[in-house]
Amino acid sequence: MTAPEPLLQVRGLVKAYHDRTVLAGVDLDVAEHEVVVLIGASGSGKSTLLRCIDLLEEIDDGRILLGGRDISDPRIDAEQARQAIGMVFQSFNLFPHMTALGNVALAPRVVHGRSRAEAEQRAHDLLARVGLESMANAYPDKLSGGQQQRVAIARALAYEPKLLLLDEITSALDPELVGEVLTLVGELATAGATIMMATHEMAFARDVADTVCFLDGGQIVESGSAADVLDSPRGERTQRFLQRFTAGR
Amino acid sequence: MTTVGIDRVVYRQSRARRSTLVALLSTVVFAGVVLVAVSSAPGWPRVRDSFFNLRIGWDSLPALLSGLWLNIRVLIVCQILVLILGLTLAALRTLRGPVWFPLRALATGYVDLFRGLPLLICLYLVGFGLPGLRLTGLPTSPVLLGGLALVLVYSAYVAEVLRAGIESVHPSQFAAARSLGLSYRKTMRLVVLPQATRRVTPALLNDFVALQKDCGLISVLGAVDAVRAAQIESATTYNFTPYVVAGLLFVALAIPSARLADWVARRSATRQGAL
Repeated sequence: MTAPEPLLQVRGLVKAYHDRTVLAGVDLDVAEHEVVVLIGASGSGKSTLLRCIDLLEEIDDGRILLGGRDISDPRIDAEQARQAIGMVFQSFNLFPHMTALGNVALAPRVVHGRSRAEAEQRAHDLLARVGLESMANAYPDKLSGGQQQRVAIARALAYEPKLLLLDEITSALDPELVGEVLTLVGELATAGATIMMATHEMAFARDVADTVCFLDGGQIVESGSAADVLDSPRGERTQRFLQRFTAGR
Repeated sequence: MTTVGIDRVVYRQSRARRSTLVALLSTVVFAGVVLVAVSSAPGWPRVRDSFFNLRIGWDSLPALLSGLWLNIRVLIVCQILVLILGLTLAALRTLRGPVWFPLRALATGYVDLFRGLPLLICLYLVGFGLPGLRLTGLPTSPVLLGGLALVLVYSAYVAEVLRAGIESVHPSQFAAARSLGLSYRKTMRLVVLPQATRRVTPALLNDFVALQKDCGLISVLGAVDAVRAAQIESATTYNFTPYVVAGLLFVALAIPSARLADWVARRSATRQGAL
C-alpha cells in the first residue's frame, strides 16, 4: 500500500525581495491531519513561506501543490485556490468596521454564496466554539488581543479550509493571553485539522507538532518529530538556535 | 468614601468654581476694554455707518436671502454630483489590469488638470466660453454653467481625498481579505472603501464647506445669488453693509456643516470602540 499523497507539497520554493533572497529553495510536505510547526529566528523566512503558500506573495521559482494541483501557476485562479486555505495573522487583521460576527460571516456570504442567515448561524456556532458567543456583536477594538485572535481563527475556519496557516499568532499577545489561543489551536489539531504554523512557543510545539521544521537562511535545515528536532537536534545551527531558548528560560 | 476622599472632592469642586469665576471675570473685562477701545477710536462712526448700518442691512435682507436660496440649491445639487463624480474618479484610479489603462490614465489626467486649474478660469471658460460657441442644445443659464464649473473642479479634489483614504488602509487588511478568497473588487468594496470613506469624512466635509463658499462665485457669470444681490444692494445704497450681511449668512451656513463633521467623526469613532 502506498502512502496517500500529501495535501501540500512545496518544491524548490524561491522568493526574493529585490536582491534579498528570503526563501532559497524550500521543500516541504504536509499530510492531511498533520500539524507542522515552523521554527527559526526572526527573518528566517517562516512568515514569507506561509504568505507564499496562501498566494499573498508571488514566488520566484519552484512549485506549490495543494491536493496535487499546482496553485503557484499564474494561469490558475488564485482566488479559488485561496478559498481552500485559511490564514491567521500575527496582528489579527480583523476588519475594524465589522462586528466579530460580521468578520466571521463575511467570506461564507460573499465568496461562497451562503445566505446571510445561514452564514450568521454558522458564525454564531464558530464563535461559540472559540468561546466568544457573547461577543458576537462587539467591534474588534472592544476585544482583547486574545479575543481578537480567536475571532480571526473563527474567521479562517468559517469556510472549512483544507489547510490552516497560522503565522506567529501569539507573538503580538500579552503573555497571559497566549494560553487561550494556544489551547484553541491544540483543540483544532486534536479534531484533525491540517495545520502549518510558525511559532516561538517551543513547549507548545513539542505538545502538538507531528513535524517540526527548523528554518535558517531561507532553507529548512532540519525537520523531524518534535522530540528529534527539539530535544536532540543534529544540526549545529539548530542546536545554537534552541540553546538561546533554553538559556532564556 | 473616607474623609480624605471627601475632603479632596470638596477641594477640587472649590477649585473648579474658582476657575469658572476667574474665566468669566477676565472675559467681561477683556470684552469691555475692546469695546471701549474700538468705539472710542476716531474712525469708528464712519466704520459703523459703512459696514454695520442696521437699517440698510435689514432692508437688504430679503434680496440677500432669496439670493442665498439660489446658492443653497446650487450647493445641494453640486454636492451630490461632486460626490458621484469624485467616487467614480477614485474608483477608476484603483482599477487594475491592462484593459483599464486608458481609464486610469484619463482619471489621473482629469485630477491633475482640474485640481491645478484656478476655479475662476474654469468658471470663465465654462460660463462665458461655452455659450460663446453658440452650439444648439447647450445650456446658457449662468447658474447651470457655474454649477458645472464647480462640479468639474471640486470632483477632482474629492477624488484625491478619497484616493488618499484608500491608500491609508493598511496592506494587512488587503491581505486578510484576499486570504479569505475575496476578489479584488469585493476586497475594495467591502473592506477597503468602507474604512477609507470613514477615515476621510472630516476632510470631505471640509471640502464641502469650501464648496459652500465658492458657490458664491457663480455671481461672476451674472447669476443673482447672495453675492450678486449684495453687490446690487451695495451699489444702490453706497454702503458695504449688504456685503457684511451676505458674508455672515455664508458663515452661518458653514457652522452646521462644521458641527456635522464633528458629529460624524465622533459617531464613527464610538461605533468602532475607539472612544
